[in-house]
Amino acid sequence: MSTRPALSELPDLPCDAEGPVFGAPWEAQAFAMAVALQQKGLFSWTEWADALSTEIRHAQAHGDPDTGETYYRHWLRALERLVVEKGVATPGRLAERAAAWNRAALETPHGRPIVPPA
Amino acid sequence: MPPARPPHAHHDHDHDHDHDGGTQLSEIDLRVRALESVLVEKGYVHPATLDALIETYEKKIGPRNGAHVVARAWTDPAYREWLLSDATAAIAALGYPGGQSMVAVANTPTEHNLIVCTLCSCYPWPVLGLPPVWYKSAPYRSRAVLDPRGVLKDFGLDLPPGTQIKVWDSTAEIRYFVLPERPEGTDGMDEAALARLVTRDSMIGVGLPLTPAQAAQ
Repeated sequence: MSTRPALSELPDLPCDAEGPVFGAPWEAQAFAMAVALQQKGLFSWTEWADALSTEIRHAQAHGDPDTGETYYRHWLRALERLVVEKGVATPGRLAERAAAWNRAALETPHGRPIVPPA
Repeated sequence: MPPARPPHAHHDHDHDHDHDGGTQLSEIDLRVRALESVLVEKGYVHPATLDALIETYEKKIGPRNGAHVVARAWTDPAYREWLLSDATAAIAALGYPGGQSMVAVANTPTEHNLIVCTLCSCYPWPVLGLPPVWYKSAPYRSRAVLDPRGVLKDFGLDLPPGTQIKVWDSTAEIRYFVLPERPEGTDGMDEAALARLVTRDSMIGVGLPLTPAQAAQ
């Protein structure tokens, strides 16, 4: 298996004695995507820590309460920005995808799995 | 023409089932899904890799929260009653606020409960942590409704033919979890010891709590 990232290098990662703490499933999903992309070599862990702290500073400058509840919102923003910077996707492509997921979810009656948009 | 329905308010919960049967995902959920599907499509990540990573790191919002709730209900009849009548409040009172409405369904000697979300893996994560991979799989979701007894057998749980199985289909508004029966031979055990007998699977309904002998192994 690939190397475990140095979580201690991340600013303010919500943790307890046993490891990272997530407030909701999407947070864990966003966490896992960043770890997977670093393992894949899309960016280094240092690059990731820089991108994340930039987002956090930016949010704080705009009045983010910095209580930890918004941590993974900054995480997701940093992830989206790095993915765009590395040329993996354009902001337009991401927005288009989000809209397609939205349509798929709205059109799926309860009781059927939401089929990912093509 | 009736006016268009106003958009639902979405805060931190991950999604809402719309009244027409469709699902309104939150903005943040849509962004996470959009990013993941682009990364998967381009070959940068594999969904199984993400699941494995989450399983490695996910510790905190774990089944031990639920185990605490169940052990309290086993030892305190008033708490049990509260849990069965207002699970959201009873669970929050132990320090696990969740946002969604939780409903606890109690197993009895003649009735066994099983939870599923056929739509999209809604899951009582405030008590059970993140859903196991199989919970999100299409075969589990469809078979749990069509053939619950068969599903339980696959999990090694062979219920007597006389036991009625109830399947609860979770939604974003109502998330069920199972209050299993207290195992035999646990008289005199305190809450902490009892909590160690409560497994995640027993709160999903695909297993039973451990016996003291199994826990000792």
